[in-house]
Amino acid sequence: MGKTLAEKVWDEHVVRSVDGEPDLLFIDLHLIHEVTSPQAFDGLRLAGRPVRRPDLTLATEDHNVPTVDWDKPIADPVSRTQVETLRTNCEEFGVRLHPLGDVEQGIVHVVGPQLGLTQPGMTIVCGDSHTATHGAFGAIAFGIGTSEVEHVLATQTLPQARPRTMSVTVDGDLPEGVTAKDLILYLITQTGTGGGQGYIVEYRGDAIRALSMEGRMTVCNMSIEWGAKAGMIAPDETTFAYLEDRPEAPKGAEWDAALEHWRSLATDDDAVFDKEIAIDAADVTPWVTWGTNPGQGAPLGGTIPAPGDFDEEIDRVAAENALRYMALDAGTPLRDVHVDTVFVGSCTNGRLEDLRLAAEVIKGHKVADGTRMLVVPGSARVRLEAEAEGLDLVFKEAGAEWRGAGCSMCLGMNPDTLSPGERSASTSNRNFEGRQGKGGRTHLVSVPVAAATAVRGTLSSPADLRPVAAR
Amino acid sequence: MEKFTTHTGVGVPLRRSDVDTDQIIPAEYLKRVTRTGFEDGLFAAWRNDPSFVLNRPAYDAGTVLVAGPNFGTGSSREHAVWALQNYGFRVVISPRFGDIFRGNSGKAGLLTARVDDKVVLRLWEHLEAEPGATVTVDLEARTVRAGEGHDAIEDSFDIDDYTRWRLLEGLDDIGITLSHDDDIAAFESSRPSWKPATLHAG
Ligand code: SF4
Repeated sequence: MGKTLAEKVWDEHVVRSVDGEPDLLFIDLHLIHEVTSPQAFDGLRLAGRPVRRPDLTLATEDHNVPTVDWDKPIADPVSRTQVETLRTNCEEFGVRLHPLGDVEQGIVHVVGPQLGLTQPGMTIVCGDSHTATHGAFGAIAFGIGTSEVEHVLATQTLPQARPRTMSVTVDGDLPEGVTAKDLILYLITQTGTGGGQGYIVEYRGDAIRALSMEGRMTVCNMSIEWGAKAGMIAPDETTFAYLEDRPEAPKGAEWDAALEHWRSLATDDDAVFDKEIAIDAADVTPWVTWGTNPGQGAPLGGTIPAPGDFDEEIDRVAAENALRYMALDAGTPLRDVHVDTVFVGSCTNGRLEDLRLAAEVIKGHKVADGTRMLVVPGSARVRLEAEAEGLDLVFKEAGAEWRGAGCSMCLGMNPDTLSPGERSASTSNRNFEGRQGKGGRTHLVSVPVAAATAVRGTLSSPADLRPVAAR
Repeated sequence: MEKFTTHTGVGVPLRRSDVDTDQIIPAEYLKRVTRTGFEDGLFAAWRNDPSFVLNRPAYDAGTVLVAGPNFGTGSSREHAVWALQNYGFRVVISPRFGDIFRGNSGKAGLLTARVDDKVVLRLWEHLEAEPGATVTVDLEARTVRAGEGHDAIEDSFDIDDYTRWRLLEGLDDIGITLSHDDDIAAFESSRPSWKPATLHAG
């Protein structure tokens, strides 16, 4: 019997396999950041252990860093301590770090792919649940806890029980103006936030193949939001074209050898998944969330649902609580919902392609009165590349704030937060209560919807905007 | 992790049951970036009370905590174990432990010895009658001992075989993995040269 992509990559990394014990997996790349690593390094220090493979480890500063005045000392003492601790730990243990101010600094899941370190067929871990992003390249990538971070630092391996496999096949074409973000939000609404529990998911089908690498990363990024252990997409010509000539991609004969291997990773025709789901790309429309988990979503053209619309008691209660927290009335058209803050950024939608798309929509328009728009590049390099194309000017002319790189308002660990009761349209991945600031209300949206919403001040798509007069 | 075979130290009678991990260390003490220094937060809510057992000089050198049933229930915070260890405890004796706490303790090298309710009662009486008295916990023989003569307390305790083996050998999870170092090294030597690296020679 053939193997799935996930099984091939898994099997290639088993160091030791014994009945009744989890497999011991070798880890090809360990990404670290300031929030989940300090106790892990401290554990090494207490036990007198070195980092086994600093050459397979990369650190960056992202969760806590300010997006303004990033050349000055960090004002918040807790954030500053975490960042400074990362710096001393990396220095002491010989780990490569891209600190604030470095051109490769940025959100850890933007930095890995951009450097070409994220490659097909790898195992990649990070003390962060959105590590699944890297699965877009055909890698097994998942988030781990601090004890596991220490385990990987010390041994470059991790004991892991073999997960089940699931395929999500998306056939057909996404309609015009519908993005990868809409697709994944739609999928999570269909499956619920626990639908992927315990699975490594492989996204397949024409609509997935048609996505850019950036779009594929957006889809894999949110795998965790429907409970999956990891999300993957088989590498193909799109993947190879993205990787070729990246700083850390193999070169010359090494590239040829790597390519030959990467081409062998696709799921075999006779491989069997433990579970299969199929969706039709044509059914996907611009999708927004109305509730407090990513599965509480609806088409932008629709209305806020009523708790009674749900069959299950548990969903009715969840909807009731969510509507109360979000201060929304059932039956209100989503397009009528006023938004105070638009956030474009995060490891879901903070890459150059996302910023181009946002700029394209907003060009020639102004951010609505009573609404603010924050544009936060996923990495310092994304920021520089966007500035080289003049995207920063487009945003500034429209009245948006152009910021430095980091996680920013995705989780509000830095000063970029919502105030209580403030409502956002956000291109990030979590709309949990208080995620973007205590009492903040989050609607997850795609990049074009975010940009159009900034212009109209209510949830909108680019189709709702008046054409910009020819100049 | 240090090997644990047998330990003799000052016993501290904590006459409370259902001590959850929030009581062991409240959330406000969790902001540190180290695995050390959590002793300040240990039982923080009770430490202001001068009559609290840890505030009594006789128990200053305490290393064996004797607590009531359901010790370490609640939140999964690993900090609860670190706080006890940072303070100096090597062993907690209780009739019942929270599952996650027990797992975390085993990983970090804190021995959780499960004994009969009546053993805890007798230990409490003994340690209160003679503040500063020691308790011996023998992991090889799985026994706790305290006192002398005909009042001596000696009883067995429960611990699962796997955790006992790991503590006796001084192996944490990482230690166990490192005992397969040959397998890891063999795997490393077979990795293709085109796999990426973050550091480059020269
Ligand atoms: S951008 Fe948001 S989701 Fe992504 S790593 Fe940062 S905090 Fe986590």
